[in-house]
Amino acid sequence: MSGRFGQHGGQYVPETLMNELHNLEREYQLAQEDPDFGRELTELFNQYAGRPSPLYFARTMTQDLAGAKVYLKREDLNHTGSHKINNVLGQALLTKRMGKTRVIAETGAGQHGVATATAAALLGLECEIFMGWEDTQRQALNVYRMELLGATVHPVTSGTQTLKDAVNEAMREWTTRVQDTHYLMGSVMGPHPFPLIVRDFQAVIGREAREQVLALEPKLPHSVIACVGGGSNAIGIFHGFLDDGEVNLVGCEAAGLGVDTDRTAATIATGSLGIFHGMKSYFCQGDAGQISPVHSISAGLDYPGIGPEHAWLHDTGRATYVPITDEEAVEGFEYLSCTEGIIPAIESAHAIAYARKLVPTLPSDESVIVCLSGRGDKDVAAIARYRGQQLEES
Amino acid sequence: MTASGRLRKAFDEKAFIAFITGGDPDMEATRRYVKLLVDTGVDLIEIGVPFSDPIAEGPSIQASSARALQSGTTLDRLLQLVLSLRTQDLHTVPIVLMTYLNPLHHMGYDKFFQQAGASGVDGVIIPDLPFEEHGEVRDIARAAGVCLISMIAPTSRDRIREIAREAEGFIYLVSSLGVTGVRSDITTDIPAIVSQIREVTDVPVAVGFGISTPTQVAEMSTHADGVIVGSALVNIIATQDHDTDQRLTDYITEMVASLS
Repeated sequence: MSGRFGQHGGQYVPETLMNELHNLEREYQLAQEDPDFGRELTELFNQYAGRPSPLYFARTMTQDLAGAKVYLKREDLNHTGSHKINNVLGQALLTKRMGKTRVIAETGAGQHGVATATAAALLGLECEIFMGWEDTQRQALNVYRMELLGATVHPVTSGTQTLKDAVNEAMREWTTRVQDTHYLMGSVMGPHPFPLIVRDFQAVIGREAREQVLALEPKLPHSVIACVGGGSNAIGIFHGFLDDGEVNLVGCEAAGLGVDTDRTAATIATGSLGIFHGMKSYFCQGDAGQISPVHSISAGLDYPGIGPEHAWLHDTGRATYVPITDEEAVEGFEYLSCTEGIIPAIESAHAIAYARKLVPTLPSDESVIVCLSGRGDKDVAAIARYRGQQLEES
Repeated sequence: MTASGRLRKAFDEKAFIAFITGGDPDMEATRRYVKLLVDTGVDLIEIGVPFSDPIAEGPSIQASSARALQSGTTLDRLLQLVLSLRTQDLHTVPIVLMTYLNPLHHMGYDKFFQQAGASGVDGVIIPDLPFEEHGEVRDIARAAGVCLISMIAPTSRDRIREIAREAEGFIYLVSSLGVTGVRSDITTDIPAIVSQIREVTDVPVAVGFGISTPTQVAEMSTHADGVIVGSALVNIIATQDHDTDQRLTDYITEMVASLS
């Protein structure tokens, strides 16, 4: 394992963590070679998380857009409501294998936090979640879910009080208790080997999707579309099609109020090469190399960087990254709700928004797959607020 | 004399190393504090370059970095400050910069190290650049005559000798797990780590992280060649009232006197 994707990746972390990263790399390799580990994970995927997730033909959306056929990879139907559970179950099993008793994790929207708290409850691990204070307010329901599952939630009040700061705080905590604690990284980011481990556990999405689409269609899809913050659901589905050169891979970044404003989180569109959170990749940063505050309506995409493998797929041109604004994402959220009766996570709604642009330009014998990475129940109150309605939840 | 020679000379006797965040609360204050540190008997000065997301720092230095950024501090301006200190009245006391990697990458490694060398910066400590990634800047730093200071942590174990063998200037021995900040107890077996370092190099060893009392200074300086104090000074500077400078002077005087 080189730990590099072209020029990206690496291990830019304090010395205190280096032996642990090497240990994690070794343990992960051993786990991969152990058929029992694979069997146990597959069993959890199938019996606990509800895999395989369906590839759903979106008939109304297809008719309405009058172009290519639209398929939705239904990661929203997984236990805990998003793709996050795939990675979490894998890393939680790895934690047990390493003889550790405690996991810590960052969370933005709360999906990864809820998934981590769930796996910790299942496998008997102590669990502490770091979440930006602003996000604990945006996603109060998820905070309660995590607590219900037995986790402790630490609201992070430093910096911009969002996902980036939650990662900072989780990394600080890890350096404090590295012996008994595994940092259960939620996306394909951070120092090697995390981008690799998380990608491998999420690759089940693409493996299933490729098999499923070929059972329904005479050829591979024209495009595979997914939202990208750190980029774990995107890398997971992209990996099923990476070697199929004819399949376009499209990552949808959160443009916030627009890439020509400073209220954006679109890293490929507005960022530059840098080193942060343990990796070399593209980051939104200012003139003096300070990390920029970013904005997205989606707490899960509200992050100033992108995973190193995505940065590399961008460099090589294998994948394309497009910015989607808050407004477009909210329209996608509303659109899928009323056309298909599926309320998508606001993160996934960024991918729906791009599909609405692309699909009408394609002929009817083509198909596209949209990774519906999560369900939108958690977002309903925030979208109502965005539309000027105040909901009373209690 | 080379940067490495100047740094080593600071350890001729047990060394007291003071960390302050550059630009906290503003650049003029930093200029004043550097002189105060030198006048109070500090042997080596570590100036922190503020970063938006200092992942190795505890609350004290996080807050001071935020104040420094608020006052408009940049890497460029700090390099100018060091140059002007060097050309005016300061001196021979070695100065190292503590900086996260991204501001250097953003400025360009070549440009940064050339300017740092030309400004009289003797060394650079980069907390998010571990041994494996030193290749990123090692040759450029060497060409510019700036020492890349290596860090060793309580968890380094089999890495200690490997890191120490390559070390130059001095070795920054992290006393404890976790981030910077005042601690009441340091439980790491410092003498054991120092003796492993000594097997492969005679580069001086300075212990930092968590040191804030004269007792700790006395104990740590019996095991190592120097001690680094940061958060405790930053906490005094944070007060910014009529006797901040006096309390800083008194505190450092007492700490320096406690060196073994």
